[in-house]
Amino acid sequence: MTDESTLRKAFVDSLDIAPDTDWESLSYRGIEEWDSVAHMRLIAELEDVFDIMIETEDVIDMNSYVVARKLLGKYGIDFA
Amino acid sequence: MLDELLTRPQFSIPQEEKEALLLPRLGELVEHHRDACAGYRRILDALPDGPGRGLSDLPYLPVSMFKSHLLQSIPDDEVFKVMTSSGTTGQAVSRVVLDRTTADLQARALAAVMTTVLGPRRLPMLIVDTPNVVRDRRTFSARGAGVLGMLSFGRHHTYVLDDDMAIDVGALERFAERFSGQPVLVFGFTFMVWKYFHQQIQRRGLDVDLSGAVLIHSGGWKKLQDEAVGNAEFRAGLERSTGLRRIHNFYGMVEQVGGVFLEGPDGYLHPPNFSDVIIRDPVTWAEAPDGQVGVIEVLSTLPRSYPGHVLLTEDLGVVHGAGSPVTGWAGKKLEVIGRIPRAELRGCSDTHAYASAS
Repeated sequence: MTDESTLRKAFVDSLDIAPDTDWESLSYRGIEEWDSVAHMRLIAELEDVFDIMIETEDVIDMNSYVVARKLLGKYGIDFA
Repeated sequence: MLDELLTRPQFSIPQEEKEALLLPRLGELVEHHRDACAGYRRILDALPDGPGRGLSDLPYLPVSMFKSHLLQSIPDDEVFKVMTSSGTTGQAVSRVVLDRTTADLQARALAAVMTTVLGPRRLPMLIVDTPNVVRDRRTFSARGAGVLGMLSFGRHHTYVLDDDMAIDVGALERFAERFSGQPVLVFGFTFMVWKYFHQQIQRRGLDVDLSGAVLIHSGGWKKLQDEAVGNAEFRAGLERSTGLRRIHNFYGMVEQVGGVFLEGPDGYLHPPNFSDVIIRDPVTWAEAPDGQVGVIEVLSTLPRSYPGHVLLTEDLGVVHGAGSPVTGWAGKKLEVIGRIPRAELRGCSDTHAYASAS
């Protein structure tokens, strides 16, 4: 099990958003900061932090924080 | 639920079966847009009712309509983004209205096409452009948008040119060293790949081995035609200078994002499962037989938020029959000839115009 704060920190660092973001509603293009450029930064950050390689299909599917938390399970990253 | 046209392996459906699958879907889209878009409805009302038996009987819109009119089939509060075309200086740009559903479909469709030749894993990616092309998102050029659209298919994005279009040899060497022996993706615009990558590698005598790479390129041949470089010269040249053999050109437009035609090993552009092409005779506008040059019409099942499902482009092309599913590259074999020449009065013809007017 991984601490969810690691995931939140990756989002905060790559999207340049506040740590007290409403995580459950955070979605791709739902806020100005999470655009297509930031999305690629986020993917690179997640790959770095969790030492995984995310497949093309999941890059496209990962369109919200909630989905990201779930998708990472596929790569063996489960959150408590 | 995704349509089977997206989930089945791309370029795998025999032409006859594909047309049977496309016809009801495109027919439904005609009705959907007729109901949802007043501008489109007015255009259809002005057309005579055809017999409507095949794909070539579906009403088509000239792409220029998206320059002169904002055509959308969704309420304003569902607009997710509006894409604009490059457009040469002084020309009007196309405006294409997307909702979340259509934008999502486009992304999935493009991924389905690209993963056919790249595989599901994102490859280390060399971009034949300068890093500044995607730096300032407010001043994005069409080139920047094109690069950005491809980034999700790669990782460790490495830009190989500097702002003066000179090869960053250090970056290239570090990339080659780190990913030596692994498959990598190279992406760039056709003209830039030739002029600033291939020609510069030759001129500077750089030792570049990309024999394990896949090159994806797009953007048209116009600038290279001026230098008499066609697809065959392009492929042979890059193999000489870099060892690249897996080369795929693609043909697409902002009015039908996602439905890109991809070059197969036969050197022709193939429409993916959810797209098709018809060549029209520029005099009669009837469907031209295989082998005859005409105006390219593109069909796609993706556009739901704007009526871009059947479009007459401003490009000339030829269909050379259909590919065989056995090769993995079914569907029509398209060759794009170039832009339709514009009727412009200049040079010698000015004299003639002057003489007629006086």
